[in-house]
Amino acid sequence: MDFMTEPLAFGLGSGIFYIHIPFLQVNNGPAISYRSMPGWIFSRTCKSLGVKVVRKKFGNNEAAAKAYLDQKIKEGVPVGCQVGVFNLPYFPPEYRFHFNAHNLIVWGKEGQDYLISDPVMETVTKLSEEDMIKVRFAKGPLAPKGHVYYPENVKPVTTEMIKKGIIKGIKRSSRDMLHIPGNIAGVSGIKYTANHIRKWRDKFGPRKAGLYLGQIVRMQEEIGTGGGGFRFLYAAFLEEAHAYLKNDELLNISQDFTKVGDLWRSSAVQMGRIYKGRTNNDQKDFLICADLLTEIADLEKNAFLKLKKLKLDY
Amino acid sequence: MKKEELPQDESALKAMTRELLYVKDKEGKYTTGLSTGWEVKKAALDNAWDDIRERIETARLAVKNGEKSPIYYFMELRLMDFPVLSGYTGFWTFTIKRHLKPSVFASLSEKKLSVYAKAFDITVDELKNFKG
Repeated sequence: MDFMTEPLAFGLGSGIFYIHIPFLQVNNGPAISYRSMPGWIFSRTCKSLGVKVVRKKFGNNEAAAKAYLDQKIKEGVPVGCQVGVFNLPYFPPEYRFHFNAHNLIVWGKEGQDYLISDPVMETVTKLSEEDMIKVRFAKGPLAPKGHVYYPENVKPVTTEMIKKGIIKGIKRSSRDMLHIPGNIAGVSGIKYTANHIRKWRDKFGPRKAGLYLGQIVRMQEEIGTGGGGFRFLYAAFLEEAHAYLKNDELLNISQDFTKVGDLWRSSAVQMGRIYKGRTNNDQKDFLICADLLTEIADLEKNAFLKLKKLKLDY
Repeated sequence: MKKEELPQDESALKAMTRELLYVKDKEGKYTTGLSTGWEVKKAALDNAWDDIRERIETARLAVKNGEKSPIYYFMELRLMDFPVLSGYTGFWTFTIKRHLKPSVFASLSEKKLSVYAKAFDITVDELKNFKG
């Protein structure tokens, strides 16, 4: 699996996405996501490479969940674990909210401590048995219920499989971003958020509206996004896709996504000016942010239309 | 974003980790770069925490003035909303809302109180005797 990179896995699993879920609040702010569910990305990526994923959940049975994990570690199988971050001791306190869709890899045990590779951390981390149970059985929305997963039957992957997977991933992303019915998902979801921003100040007052903008920025630039709400990661994927498929148009569209990522970052700067109090918090400042998002939605629409029409052969 | 434009601002991640971003190198190809933080994001997180501290203080005063039960305060203190507290306690949201009334709270059984205490990671005494 030496060929595997983060951008490639992200692209094969159609990670890029956008959704603004109405009526739902996360940490007292809007519920927005710039990517698909991590579990889906992983499953799709594995499927396109002919790898089977074994998954297991344990309801409330903490003892069974612990025994299962320990057994797999003993067998030398690295195991993916879904956890909540509120009780994750090595996380900076400022980042510890009730967020339950974090994933880490357990690959060994030293005495009573699990050896962890957490995508957020630069180095290997440890987690005690007690803390492991706590985070695997965090409660609330998306409760992990001890969820573990690992690949099985890993066979050699051919270049042809990768090429096929890349094309499938690209086509699926363009479909999801352009054609999901309703106005909350895909590029229309970005416009949906823009329309909300236009109303937030009148509806909630300048302070709360500013906090909501802050939430958009935090979700967009969170650790693991690669910056610009995963748009740079996707641009990097298209560059890698070009190396496999040799279609020069992929490089051009990669440039489009770089531009889109840069624009997401500019919108964050603009929103930051509001919640840092560098503007008068006038309605016109909110409208500037909304207009930037509308511009982003149009650019993303064009980029995905190009991808959709692209004739790709392997 | 170009690699040399990657912000290196101080943030909550200080001394713990750095974040990985995808950036363009001098030849215009994608590579990765590490960042200590970005002030735009730091300000958003700081703001969110100011808001949380304010909510906790509001909750404390509400308990002190006898308007809400201690459950309300500890819920805010532990950054919980109704779906999260419902998940930890197994009580429905409307039940929890009832338990936020001081009069209803006063009549709660030890068993129910201990369910809340466990969810908040405190003792039953700490929960019962919190006066704001």
